[in-house]
Amino acid sequence: MKTPRFLFPAATAGILALTLTACGGGGGGGTTGGGSDAEANLDGRGPITYVQGKDNNNVVRPLIEKWNAEHPDEKVTFKEQTDQADQQHDDLVQRFQAKSTDYDVVSVDVVWTAEFAAKGWLQPLKDKMAIDTNGMLEAPVESASYKGTLYAAPKDSDGGILYYRKDLVPEPPKTWDEMMEMCSIAKENNIGCYAGQFKQYEGLTVNASEAINSAGGSVLDDEGKPSLNTPEAEEGLNNLVEAFANGNIPAEAITYQEEESRRAFQEGKLLFHRNWPYIYSLISTEGSSQVKDKFGMAPLPGKDGPGASSLGGHSAAISVYSKNKATALDFIKFLTSEEQQKFFANQASLAPVLSSLYEDQELVSKLPYLTVLQESIANAVPRPVTPFYPAVTQAIQENSYAALKGEKSAKQALEDMQKSIESAGAGSQ
Amino acid sequence: MATELGPTPVKPASGAPAVHHGPKGVGEDNRILSQGKWASWLLAPTIIALGVVIVYPIISAIVMSFQKDAGLDPATGLFTAGGPAGIQNYVNWLGQQCAAPGGGTVACPPGTLGGQFWSATGTTFLFTVITVALETVLGFWMAMIMARSFKGRGLVRAAVLVPWAIPTAVTAQLWLFMFDFNGIINKVFSASILWTGSEWPAKWAVIIADTWKTTPFMALLILAGLQMIPAEVYEASKVDGASAWQRFRLITLPLVKPALMVAILFRTLDALRMFDLPYILTGGANNTTTLSILVINQIRQGFNSAAALSTITFLIIFLVAFIFVRFLGANVVEQSGATGKGKK
Repeated sequence: MKTPRFLFPAATAGILALTLTACGGGGGGGTTGGGSDAEANLDGRGPITYVQGKDNNNVVRPLIEKWNAEHPDEKVTFKEQTDQADQQHDDLVQRFQAKSTDYDVVSVDVVWTAEFAAKGWLQPLKDKMAIDTNGMLEAPVESASYKGTLYAAPKDSDGGILYYRKDLVPEPPKTWDEMMEMCSIAKENNIGCYAGQFKQYEGLTVNASEAINSAGGSVLDDEGKPSLNTPEAEEGLNNLVEAFANGNIPAEAITYQEEESRRAFQEGKLLFHRNWPYIYSLISTEGSSQVKDKFGMAPLPGKDGPGASSLGGHSAAISVYSKNKATALDFIKFLTSEEQQKFFANQASLAPVLSSLYEDQELVSKLPYLTVLQESIANAVPRPVTPFYPAVTQAIQENSYAALKGEKSAKQALEDMQKSIESAGAGSQ
Repeated sequence: MATELGPTPVKPASGAPAVHHGPKGVGEDNRILSQGKWASWLLAPTIIALGVVIVYPIISAIVMSFQKDAGLDPATGLFTAGGPAGIQNYVNWLGQQCAAPGGGTVACPPGTLGGQFWSATGTTFLFTVITVALETVLGFWMAMIMARSFKGRGLVRAAVLVPWAIPTAVTAQLWLFMFDFNGIINKVFSASILWTGSEWPAKWAVIIADTWKTTPFMALLILAGLQMIPAEVYEASKVDGASAWQRFRLITLPLVKPALMVAILFRTLDALRMFDLPYILTGGANNTTTLSILVINQIRQGFNSAAALSTITFLIIFLVAFIFVRFLGANVVEQSGATGKGKK
């Protein structure tokens, strides 16, 4: 009788201790050199797990069913995350840190690639693991690369588009200055002239980088060092600052995210509007839309010609901790094949990464913005590709927000951005 | 059980009676001893579980906070472990120092998280003081109403709970729509305020939403306290000719104080870690970044530094709780003492 009594607490303690060690593996600093993990399991075949954010348009499940029917021994399980990008990011970080083998193929936002690659979490897609990027648009491939190595296969893309009221403006503006001149038309009609997304959040990074890139500046140079102390960058940011100051951008745009700005445009309160392609179907079909057949689409205006859009979209990457990398590689090739790309575009209006599909008559008639979008993505500049992206976007958001509100000059804002980004990169040695 | 609790002879305490057990016999003494042993065995799983879910993460976070964040090796472009940092992370936060490009530290430029520590601390305390004050006054008022007997009291009590029952993230999203430039609040007051677009409107937006949401919690805790007050006390004071204000000041307030202090303590600790509301409403812009938002943002930039910041936040909250319990008599810890006093 006595022994079991002593055994029970001991056993409990033992089990809890086991749990503790299991948790302990996941804690830790968060640094790996990559190395050997990237060499392991390259020939592994077997069931794998594919991870991405919420499948709102129900396109992933049919694809996986199709794959599973063809590959009964290498079945793919779909792990669906939430629809919040931040949560998806944090979920991936936790898994990678624990060196979890649960996730084999993960969908990464274009801005996370460099960070994950620098942590050594993504399988480099070279040599045996190489994929064919011929025929893919350049900017998405660039944003899936880090230090000259491809770490993910571009899966879908996205670029900014200028929506304009074709009933008021017969010919869309090609340059920023042209657009500002047309603002008199907005005044005559008593509506706002231009708006993008200027609340302090990721969308502001997109809009501010577009302004800077379109004027010929850049946020980071080729080495990944900040390069904001230039007249071009200043001119770019200043364009937005001035437009806010003189009312060409209505004051309330400082609170706009994508949806607020879309509503303003579709209620007929804006002459020009920068947004993503997803709003096309909403503006043309939603009951409350005042501009259903009164709007046109054009590439973003730049300094002397088309502007430089920021790039959105997702890539598919293989975890270095995956046990079945050969299967994983086949699966990402499958995801990025022309047939599946077309399916994505058709069912979910996701912009393809293969340039051939932008000429596809069937798709173009269904998604009339494709031609404009192709030009937008062709001129697109990836958002700063840096492993310190969270710090870089914070620096851009906070300082450009202050500039847009007139709290500091564009020049001062850029200097502060420069210093903040330098400091983020300096934390290391 | 029976075997052990049997009358096993135990050595009687010889010599100086170091341990006094009063009139109890030797057998009872033994029983208490083995009961104590049993109790500690029964408590063991709970204590171990607490150790795993509370003590271990706290210690692990403290250990991490003395490590440098991973740095980039310029040659490979890969992150490498930062190594020991001593108290540098803490020094950096408290002194708002950031890494300088050439090594060493400089004052954090605007646009870094490090430069926001003291403003975030100030914002957190500002939100805490204003929301808790508003919630206490409004909650008290609501509790006084709910304590009366009237038709449909049950319904009112249930209805009052609705804001509290809605998840904060949903509440925040609802208020975001209402505070929109074209939203209902501007329409109703025919105003054109950019609620989330400048400092004080943004702060008030957060305060209003938080007060709306958590006043019911305050009201219910106070209501529980009010119902503890026996009706005879009021009757007696009425007979003695006390006015309504005197009854409130001299009877209600002192008697409801223990419950009130506990409610205020809970709300204060809650408000000090406010996160969802400002995060969704303003994203931390316009000086509405609280300490918790800062921690979450820092986690994405470097864990070890974030661990230092959350340790600092933990200490701040702990200090506030300590002051409450020690000096302001919020009696959550020594419950037995309180009832003992009350019986006198």
